[in-house]
Amino acid sequence: MSGAVARAARLTEDTDAMRVGVDVGGTNTDAVLMAGHRVVRKTKTATTPDVTSGIVRALEGVLAEGRKSGIQAVMLGTTHFTNALLEGRGLARTAVFRLCGPSTRLLPPFCDWPDGLRAAVGGHDYLLPGGHEFDGREISAFDNAALRDAAREALTKGVEAVALCGVFSPVNPAHESQAADLLRQEWPELSVTLSSEIGRIGLLERENAAALNAALSRIADRAVEAIRTALADLGLAVPVFFSQNDGTLMDAAYAARYPVLAMSSGPTNSMRGAAFLAGIENAVVVDVGGTSTDVGILVQGFPRAASTAVKLAEVRTNFRMPDLISIALGGGSIMRRDPPAVGPSSVGARITEEAIVFGGETVTATDLAVAAGRAEIGDPARARSLDCELVERGLAEVQRRVEEAVDRVKLTADPLPLVLVGGGSVLLADRLAGASEVLRPEHAEVANAIGAAIAQVGGEVEKVYSLEQVGRLDALAAAKQEAVARAVEAGAQPDSVEVVEVEEVPLTYLPGNATRIRVKAVGELGGRA
Amino acid sequence: MWQIDEDALESISIGAGILGTGGGGNPYIGMLRARELVRANGPVNVLGLEELPDDSRVICVGGMGAPTVGIEKVRGTESYRAVRAIEKHTGERATSLISGEIGGSNSLEPVIPASLARLPVVDGDGMGRAFPELQMTTFFIYGIPPTPTAVCDEKGNTAIVEDAVSPTWVERMARAVTIVMGCAPVFAFAPMSAADVRRTAIPGTLSLAKSLGDAVRRAQREKQDPIEAILATVPGRVLFQGKIVDVERRTTEGFARGRVTIDGMDGDAGAQLVVDFQNENLVAHRDSDVIVTVPDLICIVDAERGEPITTELLRYGFRVSVLGFPAPPLLKTPEALAVVGPQAFGYEAAYVPLEP
Repeated sequence: MSGAVARAARLTEDTDAMRVGVDVGGTNTDAVLMAGHRVVRKTKTATTPDVTSGIVRALEGVLAEGRKSGIQAVMLGTTHFTNALLEGRGLARTAVFRLCGPSTRLLPPFCDWPDGLRAAVGGHDYLLPGGHEFDGREISAFDNAALRDAAREALTKGVEAVALCGVFSPVNPAHESQAADLLRQEWPELSVTLSSEIGRIGLLERENAAALNAALSRIADRAVEAIRTALADLGLAVPVFFSQNDGTLMDAAYAARYPVLAMSSGPTNSMRGAAFLAGIENAVVVDVGGTSTDVGILVQGFPRAASTAVKLAEVRTNFRMPDLISIALGGGSIMRRDPPAVGPSSVGARITEEAIVFGGETVTATDLAVAAGRAEIGDPARARSLDCELVERGLAEVQRRVEEAVDRVKLTADPLPLVLVGGGSVLLADRLAGASEVLRPEHAEVANAIGAAIAQVGGEVEKVYSLEQVGRLDALAAAKQEAVARAVEAGAQPDSVEVVEVEEVPLTYLPGNATRIRVKAVGELGGRA
Repeated sequence: MWQIDEDALESISIGAGILGTGGGGNPYIGMLRARELVRANGPVNVLGLEELPDDSRVICVGGMGAPTVGIEKVRGTESYRAVRAIEKHTGERATSLISGEIGGSNSLEPVIPASLARLPVVDGDGMGRAFPELQMTTFFIYGIPPTPTAVCDEKGNTAIVEDAVSPTWVERMARAVTIVMGCAPVFAFAPMSAADVRRTAIPGTLSLAKSLGDAVRRAQREKQDPIEAILATVPGRVLFQGKIVDVERRTTEGFARGRVTIDGMDGDAGAQLVVDFQNENLVAHRDSDVIVTVPDLICIVDAERGEPITTELLRYGFRVSVLGFPAPPLLKTPEALAVVGPQAFGYEAAYVPLEP
């Protein structure tokens, strides 16, 4: 074994310390206590409206008396922030200050947002002096007075959070930093997000991400504080880390500043957990839940990132995020007879009342699996009354749709190992087209919490270099060094950090060998007990 | 005559992305920019070549520079200033605008000055696709004088190329100015007469881009195969279907040159397609045979959604369909092939026209 999974395994073998992984989903909050790569305890509880009390209950479920002393850290993955955006709940009143000078003014901030969300966050925008060219030259000079005027006006409109976005700030963040310093000094009550710290090149997508982050700033502060308090109340004096969208970790202070980076961590964690449980680095992961199934692909132990623009709450962003296919198919999916079809509607959390095996009247995908003898759930005798042909056709349909999704995510035609996780994985047979083998690891139902527990910390950098001026090797070295520094800033142990990804894109039409270099570095979580 | 409204912009941006053969600028940004103006000033009229009044003065506009800069330092209304600069320099007024290339965001660049000056745009362009350099427009290939040419940035700077010994020299000088200006300026060429445009432009390409986009969107909506929908709109064929297994890029002489290797799937299983590109896709080899070259169009689209994938976005693992379309007749004459044929790009292979 090599790469990320092996490093995670070595880390846990190296130490007696234990980790707790928690995944807060829309329906369930799962927790696992892990020692080495052994799952010591696991629990599944209902997610509570306040989120925190569900986390406390899940933690109590895995922390037997006397165990608290050996805990190294608590790692958390959550969809809490996504739900807040989708529901427009608790968002900060947000302004975007774009540092652009005369450039980019035709497409102002929020120009491609849905009206509802724009209204929910306030949607104030200011076009200010500043910004840089692709090579780091200034488009126009930074202007303190203009920034102050904008801030004063924004404050009169009730703005609580500001997203700063400078043109080419990933190349030269100086103006964003100057603006942030000034705002934080003169108006410490304002929450300030710098686009250069969260996004890559692509002005609107990076600015959108920064604005989403600013809008989430109040909730993130509160959530992180509440979780810290909850841990203190439980007597757990350990650091808390949050999972990012790409499966690496950030510390709690970082998460409070950059909640948008955690928005898609749930599915990522189940994929990483699946990789860990199956001891595999390159595989297809199928996570079958109650209403939907996520299919993704692991490359070197990490979920493959999406290539096209990713929408968060209908807002275009350019995050590194897992490339997942979601299909409306799960254990609670309803089987219709005429014409025979499974899903997309599902009984969801009501499965324990409505499914045939639980004494209900609705034929669900789970009933089909029980009737076929693939699982012992509820009262299997009740499932035996189901028409054999219906069972066969339903399960064949489930199989076909999952196989189709598997085929769509795969990189090559060669069969790959397939890891099945999630409570609904009993729906599927042990042979699937495109899979060299089907693995059903133990503890698969809490793969997401395990993924959180074994996550690592990463740092990423993306910049444009003129290779005629810098030289390719120097440019690569500078980019790598900065990626490593960012991983360390995010909580990695300096001596464990490795560069895992290097991408070079020459800028078309330009002489001078202008090249965009993207580097990602990953390391083990520091601060061992 | 027809009109470009918000809905037409959506379609044109998809269609122009396909016709761009990998280049032409980010289609989404191009659509957003034109949409701002159409929302403010209403739809823009489109005139067919035959509808141009005989006393027309048609100015060609487009963006220059790097697509990667264009998605960050997003262009504004500079092309309106470029048009005004040419008018001031020549003492003539534009009566309509035309696109230099129908590929990518450049297909919609004329909509910006057209909207601000309340002028129509012409249903045609100077490439029928996208090419990397200014001398590759049919206007210059067929003898329209390439000067004066204006280059404008977003700061208010304008450069005029007053005289040039050839269209290639316009490209060289404009390219140097482009870099100084921060790599996202726009250009405007000297006004052309109706007769010039009718003789040299590729006709009907805005309509074609719209029809292509309409077809893709309809197929997506109705869960039909978008690739079939594309081929039902433009005569052409599927050259290859597969997954990208390698993308090799290098920067030479200010261009992104490289090749993408695609392993066949389905009917093409066992075969390999290699596409060479210089910003735009140039030549496709199936195993060791050259099967399509410039000026014919080689378009890489997402196999599922039928949406175009530009050359700098090509990445390992994408599942794609590679489509081939015959070039418009104006790109296949001996004088055109001397500028845009395979040998103009350094290939030994002679041009063998693609049969649809």
